[in-house]
Amino acid sequence: MKDWPLWEVFIRSSNGLHHKHAGSLHAPDNEVALKNARDVYTRRNEGVSIWVVESKHVHASDPSDAEAFFEPAKDKIYRHPTFYDLPDEVKHI
Amino acid sequence: MKSFDLEKKFQDRVDNEVKIEPKDWMPEAYRKTLIRQISQHAHSEIVGMLPEGNWITRAPSLRRKAALLAKVQDEAGHGLYLYSAAETLGAERSDLIDDLNEGRAKYSSIFNYPTLTWADIGAVGWLVDGAAIMNQVMLCRTSYGPYARAMVRICKEESFHQRQGYEIMLKLAQGSAEQKEMAQDALNRWWWPSLMMFGPSDAESTHSEQSMKWKIKRKSNDELRQQFVDITVPQAEFLDLTIPDEDLTWNADRQHYDFGEINWEEFWQVVKGEGICNRERLKARRAAEENGAWVREAATAYEQKRRSAEHIHVA
Repeated sequence: MKDWPLWEVFIRSSNGLHHKHAGSLHAPDNEVALKNARDVYTRRNEGVSIWVVESKHVHASDPSDAEAFFEPAKDKIYRHPTFYDLPDEVKHI
Repeated sequence: MKSFDLEKKFQDRVDNEVKIEPKDWMPEAYRKTLIRQISQHAHSEIVGMLPEGNWITRAPSLRRKAALLAKVQDEAGHGLYLYSAAETLGAERSDLIDDLNEGRAKYSSIFNYPTLTWADIGAVGWLVDGAAIMNQVMLCRTSYGPYARAMVRICKEESFHQRQGYEIMLKLAQGSAEQKEMAQDALNRWWWPSLMMFGPSDAESTHSEQSMKWKIKRKSNDELRQQFVDITVPQAEFLDLTIPDEDLTWNADRQHYDFGEINWEEFWQVVKGEGICNRERLKARRAAEENGAWVREAATAYEQKRRSAEHIHVA
């Protein structure tokens, strides 16, 4: 059997939360992918909403390049609130 | 970077408990070991549906039937989580399934034993799922991210499997003399094969050492087996059933149970395909594949038809 396309499955576990990657599955089209995702990943009410995306449409950053890729954020400690010195007497800030 | 440096960097990550993810560099042998282990694990879930599916239509009540049906559906789901984890390593699902159906791949030998009575469904849930959980709890911390995540999901679902099995045993053990006898008979037949599920003893296990170094495994076969015996003996005592091992005794010095020698000849025989149900299981798998072919073809044809209809519409 030639494999059907691979789909990545994202599930929102309850309203107010992000969809989160749950896994993947094979299906001939988006409708079947959604139904299979329901049966495979939400047998115990794990979701209120499902996204399926064909895996070939996901573009990922390269892990071997991760150090350089994420480097720009590393030395910018002034982006964090703890970088700023304020006296203890100042409240609610 | 030289491959030696890459390997050292890889081992450092593993030693520092940083999970390995699909696109990370990994030694070819690590990839191969994982594909083998994860696909065997997936096959076990799939073949594991067969001995239990055998009793769905004959479950003694609607409650038992619904539970067994849900359990078998879970096993199918677990197989799918695991196949998709294996695919993140570059394996093709259809190749893996062909390997199983053509008898090239292994799966857990326990499923080559027959489920003769309803009590076997109790014993399978209690002992076989119990042994599997022991192994799978350890694998929740395995070094490969997608495998570990699949295991977390599976462990959450498995605990109902074991409880429903024990409940069946409990009802039978507290029932008529005949029912209790059935439960004892099932325990007699499933005890030793369950101990064999942990694989060969550490001295005989070929893949263990490297797998421990890579933190694919974190406990040895013998350690897990001991852990299983230690927690299961009191559960058998509660059922007032007797574990079929004359050498089974509490060892106060070790703070563990001592138990008798496993029949390794039987173990290797079943692994090599000479178990009671090996042929039947593969026959059932191939029949499922063949009988389901038209459904897969229809789904593909439907998708193609829909796509060409869309093209006409656009034009």
